[in-house]
Amino acid sequence: MSTILTVNNLTKKFGHLTAVKDLSFSIEKGHVYGILGPNGSGKSTTLGIVLNVVNKTSGNFHWFDGSVSTHEALKKVGAIIERPNFYPYMTAVQNLKLVCKIKEVSEDKIEEKLELVGLLDRKNSKFKTYSLGMKQRLAIASALLNDPEILILDEPTNGLDPQGIHQIRQIITKIAAEGTTILLASHLLDEVEKVCSHVIILRKGEKLYAGRVDGMLASHGFFELKCDDMKKLVSTLKANPSFLEIKQENGLVTAFLKEEMDAKHLNESLFKNGIVLSHLVKRKESLEEQFLTLTKNQSN
Amino acid sequence: MIRLLQIEFIKLWNNRASKILIISYFFILTSIALVAAIKFDIGPVKFHMAEIGIFNFPYIWHFNTFITAFFKLFLAIVIVSMMANEYSNKTIKQNLIDGLSKKEFILSKFLTVVSFALISTIFVFIVSLILGLMYSDYDELSIIFSDLEFIVAFFFKLLGFFSFCLFLGILVKRSAFALGFLILWQVLEGIIRGLIRWKLFDGDTTETIMGFFPLQSMFNLIKEPFTRLEAVQTVANQVGEHINLNYRVHWYEIVIVMAWTAIFIYLSYALLKKRDL
Repeated sequence: MSTILTVNNLTKKFGHLTAVKDLSFSIEKGHVYGILGPNGSGKSTTLGIVLNVVNKTSGNFHWFDGSVSTHEALKKVGAIIERPNFYPYMTAVQNLKLVCKIKEVSEDKIEEKLELVGLLDRKNSKFKTYSLGMKQRLAIASALLNDPEILILDEPTNGLDPQGIHQIRQIITKIAAEGTTILLASHLLDEVEKVCSHVIILRKGEKLYAGRVDGMLASHGFFELKCDDMKKLVSTLKANPSFLEIKQENGLVTAFLKEEMDAKHLNESLFKNGIVLSHLVKRKESLEEQFLTLTKNQSN
Repeated sequence: MIRLLQIEFIKLWNNRASKILIISYFFILTSIALVAAIKFDIGPVKFHMAEIGIFNFPYIWHFNTFITAFFKLFLAIVIVSMMANEYSNKTIKQNLIDGLSKKEFILSKFLTVVSFALISTIFVFIVSLILGLMYSDYDELSIIFSDLEFIVAFFFKLLGFFSFCLFLGILVKRSAFALGFLILWQVLEGIIRGLIRWKLFDGDTTETIMGFFPLQSMFNLIKEPFTRLEAVQTVANQVGEHINLNYRVHWYEIVIVMAWTAIFIYLSYALLKKRDL
């Protein structure tokens, strides 16, 4: 597997503020990565540095195998940072032609990419007449013009209406399905959860975690249980050494596992103890719960 | 290089305001000479511009480059706004992300500025040549092509000025403020001249020192041509005034302007490199 981006000990200071602190990670080909973090955690700054628009304070990074300069490498990258930036007085096609010139690729992909993002019928309208959702979609079309090795999206659904968000997500899923490596920065966790296989979690410019989504917490999941005699259920569960913590809220008992246990096994043993369950669900923590646990742990 | 020029061309030519300004600039370059040639022929007083000798070779090179240089302000607006717009539309950021290096970005702007200066120079050369051929009293080849240093000076004058505009565009990031800054700078050079003359040196030394300032050095390249006119000199002689001015273009003046051009382009690059976008 080839590495697309390697970042080593990257640090960026804005005066006294350290936006990115000693950050290291690498992006492998073929995965969909999410960079997670609250607002101001250094996501955009990190992307800005590797995309040549923000100067690093120290550390280093290189694209691909490190043999080409950053701006040459960027021709093989598609990236959208924050708002879509185009020349407002030019039409979609004119803007894309300009991007082709910069990236030194031929212009015959323009129609195809406009079709992909559903802008073909508005291709000769000026950029300034576009709605935000259309602008964002044009940005994606522009980022895809060179059939990039990696697509970098920074908050692609920020400020869009539900319909727009849905359209962008569909496009992202479509692109991911074609095997393009994607790096998605977002603070919307369900967005990342839906499309990403790997995450990098940042807080105050520091890396909390980098790796697979499901390996984020060494967690075995939890059960949600309900029965007629809740008191007995809780005391039985508390007696079982396989459980870490038992919580009771909203008429549901949540039991966190210390070790692996399947639902069938639990049901069986509870039934032997005379407890008949009316509700049994085994779940893994959602990304949001994992993220909150992780950021909370670190702040203690 | 062609690619960088094409990139700038797409940006400029699709912008209606820039297009109109560029077209009107070249239109005025052409028409100003033509208007001057006919207009003064009408009226009760027969006063033909061509007959007082302004279209005589080689004087025409001096006269036309001096006059047309004032219209460079049209292109100054285009240049300042082409730079400042990149900031206000944030397209500079997108250009860099798309794979243009900062060096290429500055180079593409500089090449555009060189093209502007070059095309203007060629334009003025052709217009003057035609006008001269029509009205000049002298038409020997050796006279026609003498004093061509004014054309060279014109090129460097425009190049220096446009580079200054480019730098201001990057420095200030807003076109209106950048143009304001340009005027402010002009005033500032005036004030400095006044201060030096008042407190430090005599008139000649002050002029020499001022010759090192950007705008003054550009102005010095082509001196005013009016006192060189025979008619004016005759009048001056009659009132007992002897005008003895140095009209030539001096090599060191060109060097100063070239140095400023280099400084402005380098500073633009350094500024862009240092800034976080």
